[in-house]
Amino acid sequence: MPRPHGGKLIERILKGKERERVLQEIGEIERIDVDKGIAADIENITKGVYSPLEGFMTREELETVLHFKRLPNDLPWTLPILLGLPEDKGQCLKEGDDLALFYKNSPLALLHIDEIYSFDKEEIAKYTFGTTDEAHPGVARVYKMSGSFVAGKIDLVEEPKGPYDRYKLSPKETRYLFRQKGWKTVVGFQTRNPPHLGHEYLQKTALTFLDGVFINPVIGTKKRGDFKDEVILEAYEVLIEKYYLKNHAVLAIVPYEMKYAGPREAVHHAIMRKNFGCTHFIVGRDHAGVGNYYKPYAAQEIFEEFPDLGIAPLFFKTFFYCRKCGGITHEKACPHGEEYRLKFSGTRIRELIRRGELPPKELMRPEIAEIIMKNPHPFVE
Amino acid sequence: MSAERETEEKKKFTTISIPTPLFEKIKERIKGTGFTSVSSYVTYVLRELLAEKEEEEEPFTKEDEERIKARLRALGYID
Repeated sequence: MPRPHGGKLIERILKGKERERVLQEIGEIERIDVDKGIAADIENITKGVYSPLEGFMTREELETVLHFKRLPNDLPWTLPILLGLPEDKGQCLKEGDDLALFYKNSPLALLHIDEIYSFDKEEIAKYTFGTTDEAHPGVARVYKMSGSFVAGKIDLVEEPKGPYDRYKLSPKETRYLFRQKGWKTVVGFQTRNPPHLGHEYLQKTALTFLDGVFINPVIGTKKRGDFKDEVILEAYEVLIEKYYLKNHAVLAIVPYEMKYAGPREAVHHAIMRKNFGCTHFIVGRDHAGVGNYYKPYAAQEIFEEFPDLGIAPLFFKTFFYCRKCGGITHEKACPHGEEYRLKFSGTRIRELIRRGELPPKELMRPEIAEIIMKNPHPFVE
Repeated sequence: MSAERETEEKKKFTTISIPTPLFEKIKERIKGTGFTSVSSYVTYVLRELLAEKEEEEEPFTKEDEERIKARLRALGYID
């Protein structure tokens, strides 16, 4: 099992008397309210998913990440993890102060301020997303920030509660679990969709040479038309129960808001899974992409820059169903023409479901299709 | 790029000496590859060399282990 990124798994969760003391005092500390995406970042920092980060980035960290895709100590790191300050807060805070972070009007974490700084939002967007186009959802999110940022270590005070907490494991827990299962090699699979047969074959192909698969759906703010979380989780529960060996697959969620930073985000996703204890990570075509901002294989090519990442990316050819082969195959194995191929298109599967038609069994297991179809509103509206 | 920024950027690099024949050999080697300079090649190779190898997992404390085991059992991940 790989060491956590940077060598040490971070855990900054207040417990016992210290937590009680902070909870008593937190009402008197200057506070800001954070959204779901930042709340997820806070949870991930304090539980070690973003190890070695212990808080939000300083100016120096931001600069090296933007320009070199590395932290100041040369460790690979590709995405800025920032906490923007609202316009009105900059004046009343200074370095050395504590700042209370609230989510949904409840205390979430305490930030110990190391630095308050301004940074050019366009520069952040340009390097992170490769574009300054406001139509890009990640760029739009950066532009909504004030341009003033606060950096410092954070301590989790109260874990945010969600409807799927029974599926939420921390890196400490997954590392223990993988060890208990005797897994030496684990492949991480990120998803935001119920599984079709292409996903299943991808995972099972990896399982032919690795010990376990860690299926890790991201739970966060969704776009209109995305599958609802409950549909994704129920579908995977059934798939694992009926079609996987119990001791070779683990399903657990991670709270996370997609940034749509394409190649840079693919590396970030791999680092997160390394911290969960994975040795390998499946990187898809146009991983974490949106629109036409990134070249189809840019998210795979970027890994060439990181010989020291500590987790091996796995790049697969696209699977499809070939009528002539009579099974699922891929372009390096199937000699037949396009006319025989049935492609695993998420868009096509969604269209069929919207029309009330069952996706063909060559594309999706009937049990999975039924779970989706029985839900009167499987998509986010 | 401002002069101040340029100085800051330069501070992030340093110079090391390698034998000239080796330098020339690397220069030949990187022709037609994605490497844009001998420096970028040497940096890559050194990073690869220094990358963490599989090491022993940090041990769990007894308290951690009990807490984790109880939670995983309650959630149905272990028997």
